[in-house]
Amino acid sequence: MTQFRAAKGGRIDRSSAIEFEFDGQTYKAHPGDTLASALLANGVHLVGRSFKYHRPRGLLAAGAEEPNALVGVWRDSARYTPNLRATTVEIYPGLKAESQNRSPSLKFDRAGINGLFSRFIGAGFYYKTFMWPKTAWKSLYEPTIREAAGLGRAPTQADPDRYSNRHAHCDVLVVGAGAAGLSAARAAAAAGARVILCDEQAEMGGSLLSDVHTRINGLTASAWVASVLQELKANPRVTLLARTTAFGYFPHNHLGLNEKLTEHVAAPKPDQPRERLWQVRAAEVVLAMGAIERPLVFPGNDLPGILLADAARTYLQRYGVKVGSVVAVVTAHDSAYQTALDLHAAGVKIAVIADTRAEVSGDLAAQAWAAGIRIQHNSTVIGTRGKLRVTGIDLGQVSGSNVQPLESIACDTIIMSGGWTPSVHLHSQSRGKLVWDESLSAYIPGQTAERTRSVGSCRGIFGIAASLADGTKTGAEAAGTTSSITYEVEETRLANTGFIGALPQPGGKPGDKAFVDWQNDVTTKDLALAMREGFESVEHVKRYTTNGMATDQGKTSNMNALAFLAAGLDKPIPAVGLTTFRMPYTPVTFGSFAGYSRGELFDPVRRTAIHDWAQAQGAVFEDVGAWKRARYFPRGNEDMHAAVDRECVAVRQNCGIFDASTLGKIEVVGPDAATFLERLYVNSWANLKVGQSRYGILCREDGFVYDDGIIARLAEDRFHVTTTTGGAARVYAFMEDYLQTEWSDLSVWLTSISEQYSVIALQGPAARRVLEPLVTGVDVSAQALPHMGVVSGFICGIPMRLFRVSFTGELGFEINVPSDYGRAVWEAIYASGQPHGIVPYGTESMHVLRAEKGYIIVGQETDGTMTPDDVGLSWAIGKTKPDFVGKRSLARSSMHAKDRKQLVGLRTQDPKLVLEEGAQIVDSPGQKAPMRLIGHVTSSYHSAVLGHSIALAVVRGGRARVGQTLYVPMPTGDIPVIVTSTVFYDSEGAKLHG
Amino acid sequence: MLLIQCPYCGPRPELEFAYGGQAHIARPLKPADLNDDEWAAFLYMRVNTKGVHAERWRHARGCNRFFNALRDTTTDHFLAVYKTGEARPALNTAGGHS
Ligand SMILES: [Zn+2]
Repeated sequence: MTQFRAAKGGRIDRSSAIEFEFDGQTYKAHPGDTLASALLANGVHLVGRSFKYHRPRGLLAAGAEEPNALVGVWRDSARYTPNLRATTVEIYPGLKAESQNRSPSLKFDRAGINGLFSRFIGAGFYYKTFMWPKTAWKSLYEPTIREAAGLGRAPTQADPDRYSNRHAHCDVLVVGAGAAGLSAARAAAAAGARVILCDEQAEMGGSLLSDVHTRINGLTASAWVASVLQELKANPRVTLLARTTAFGYFPHNHLGLNEKLTEHVAAPKPDQPRERLWQVRAAEVVLAMGAIERPLVFPGNDLPGILLADAARTYLQRYGVKVGSVVAVVTAHDSAYQTALDLHAAGVKIAVIADTRAEVSGDLAAQAWAAGIRIQHNSTVIGTRGKLRVTGIDLGQVSGSNVQPLESIACDTIIMSGGWTPSVHLHSQSRGKLVWDESLSAYIPGQTAERTRSVGSCRGIFGIAASLADGTKTGAEAAGTTSSITYEVEETRLANTGFIGALPQPGGKPGDKAFVDWQNDVTTKDLALAMREGFESVEHVKRYTTNGMATDQGKTSNMNALAFLAAGLDKPIPAVGLTTFRMPYTPVTFGSFAGYSRGELFDPVRRTAIHDWAQAQGAVFEDVGAWKRARYFPRGNEDMHAAVDRECVAVRQNCGIFDASTLGKIEVVGPDAATFLERLYVNSWANLKVGQSRYGILCREDGFVYDDGIIARLAEDRFHVTTTTGGAARVYAFMEDYLQTEWSDLSVWLTSISEQYSVIALQGPAARRVLEPLVTGVDVSAQALPHMGVVSGFICGIPMRLFRVSFTGELGFEINVPSDYGRAVWEAIYASGQPHGIVPYGTESMHVLRAEKGYIIVGQETDGTMTPDDVGLSWAIGKTKPDFVGKRSLARSSMHAKDRKQLVGLRTQDPKLVLEEGAQIVDSPGQKAPMRLIGHVTSSYHSAVLGHSIALAVVRGGRARVGQTLYVPMPTGDIPVIVTSTVFYDSEGAKLHG
Repeated sequence: MLLIQCPYCGPRPELEFAYGGQAHIARPLKPADLNDDEWAAFLYMRVNTKGVHAERWRHARGCNRFFNALRDTTTDHFLAVYKTGEARPALNTAGGHS
């Protein structure tokens, strides 16, 4: 093995060696390694180039907080995942990974030159550079910046994997399986609670997995973890979710968990889901998210080979990897001493421990002394050496506010610790308050907004014994009880010290290239510039400098930026405030969010009973809401226009059959049914006789047309109401609203019957001859069943509601039969129509036919600002009714203004020219923008029956303009149009009554 | 996703519900008696409460009934749910868990 693999230790499987690839080169690793630990074992520290300046970067951390080591990992061309943190990528045989944001290679990067121009692309450069000329943004600046500054590339093919989705409920959800989380889960489970314990890592145990010194109940920390996990696994009321990140805390204790299922598997089974999104509703939540070590901010602190002290310990004790050969330690916290001692014991030379503190006491410092390690107090770092890897550290000596250069020490690695920042992310996401703890120099959870509790170091309780006690007490509390579980712990006590902000520099200057936010390349100079330019609010500084806005959400940078800001503004930290934590805690894939909702399952599809017949006939379908509707039925090589022309002519000359099943249908029943409709619709209903129907218009209270449809009275107390296809659900809800909340005095029941009935429209001069032989118990003659007549009877022995109605202007029937019989009845009618030249027609022809008659479609001729009168339907309003929904609004004077947009017809001079729907209308030619727009085209078709194009439009004062010439300005010039009546065909309505 | 207590069915996820806007805005019995300003106030004027808000919900994918709720808009916690037609309940405390 390589010289950086420790002789012993770690949780890797040394008996097995596997190969992986990074930037085209093959390396060896052991099962249990992460990509990060495997690269370090091979002596590779340079793993990426930074976002803005393309500076060479190495690993800073060992966990999810890693800001630098973003890599692309792929199995094949469709499975490429960019921006993964190398620290969380588990090694498997044959893993292929590459670094990002470098061209052509990591070691030589052209854009590395950005560093030379860094003074031009500092804070706020997006806002003040490249401002002119405007067009250059799109063509020059933005593409160049995007090329230079960026993250990984997106995969180019559709994601072939499956993503699962599961809802779960539990009494106690514990997030994080370190000492605090494990003890909380154990205490809650002991109380009989249903527990879910999740942890983002492959192995549960948190920091205990890299702790080789602490003893719990006489066991090593990792042995204790194993025993607790065994106990929890055996409990059927406990669910353990490893590789599962709680990424979002949503209202009412609803948490989003992302479980990685196959990312670590060399050859996932094809039917195995790749990730699972858990949506957990927890009665109680226990957050045990731990703490993140803070980097120290000093000039040149971003060179490869400079990393967090605890990360170095994790690499050594969990992965058996030495981070370097000669290590300099810079610290403000005792814990780095343990790392130094561990490294020392593994044979790594510790060049110096540079401690920022004036005094250090305690066991660890004594052990370091005893081991002969040089300890330098009152230290600061004033610079580093090296290009692609650190080669030395320049120490400074602090005395009071004075900083003097001390000496330069050669090293190949610097490990640093500024102390620990509690991970309050989920607590903050849950809208819990944060409070500043002066003694810890940290924000910790304050008042909660949800039923949630934080335990252990994420609330500032440090140390294994304290965390176990806190977890036990709180886990039991969450389960509604108390616990008698106690733990015997032998551990080294550490002082809770730390350093926040930037290490002092000679002359009190910020120093060069002292990075605060590694991922977004934000330095102390950028923050200082923002303050000089007047930015004082932490939220403003964040956005101006982009500090904390990268994919790591500032896990390692927020506190240092805040403290630097507070020092610059001469305010205490809590007075500067903290930016809000947002979900996701770590990035979540789109696949996980999409889950099963892809392809055919993306959106539910509604099909009518006649759908398959239409499909067999070669119908072309269109989406109308969730419905699939047959748009036209092409024959031979017909295009849509040819098919529609043929269908329309056939309906007008012979007979057409149309599937109108998608119409909304509501049965309104009860002694007060007529009164209910009287109050709701603009029309009169009291005088509608049984066996008759009427065209009804529904307005909202604001007086604008909301829906329309035919309403039939089947009995004194029973109405069959139809709505538009798209309006079915909202009209039903609208009715329920009035019935339940305004007119509870009415005895009425509403039932949606949209899907219970197939509706077959039979239209054309031959319609009666086609229908007659099939029906029994009804007389369909013009005398017995006049236009708008309704009757119940049988067709082919099937009970039907027969409406004599027409949306084409021809003699027409709408046959309502139970959906189960829809297809059979349809086929019977179609067969009966063969001698009469029957054709099936689709929605496109339906549109043309109704437009020829000037019938409106709600949502096409209306747009939520049209009154019944605007669309020429004032005749439908029950003039003597004291009230109906919308009546009061229609009485407002503005509703009668002469220049309201009114529905008219339009004819073009060129009969072949079909206007564009949505085109604007002006009243004089040759206008320059901004033109005075007086209306727009709402419907426009070629009419084969009439031999010319027709259009409907809404035009200011339109009805008074009939006969005038108006203009439709188009890119090709003004199109003159003549304003006409809305009825283009059979204006006397003779055919309707045939 | 909110967890909403239907007074008829019990706690159900927000997905089952449709929001119905501010509660206790009765449609005037005789709209014709209102002048334009009064009518406009009924039609359009709604509170934008920071704090306890009385609002309507419909259990659209459940029992289909409208009901009223008091929700704290700063926390999204429901403080009370009650049936249509019932008076707005008095609250002893300003907040608390749902
Ligand atoms: Zn309900």
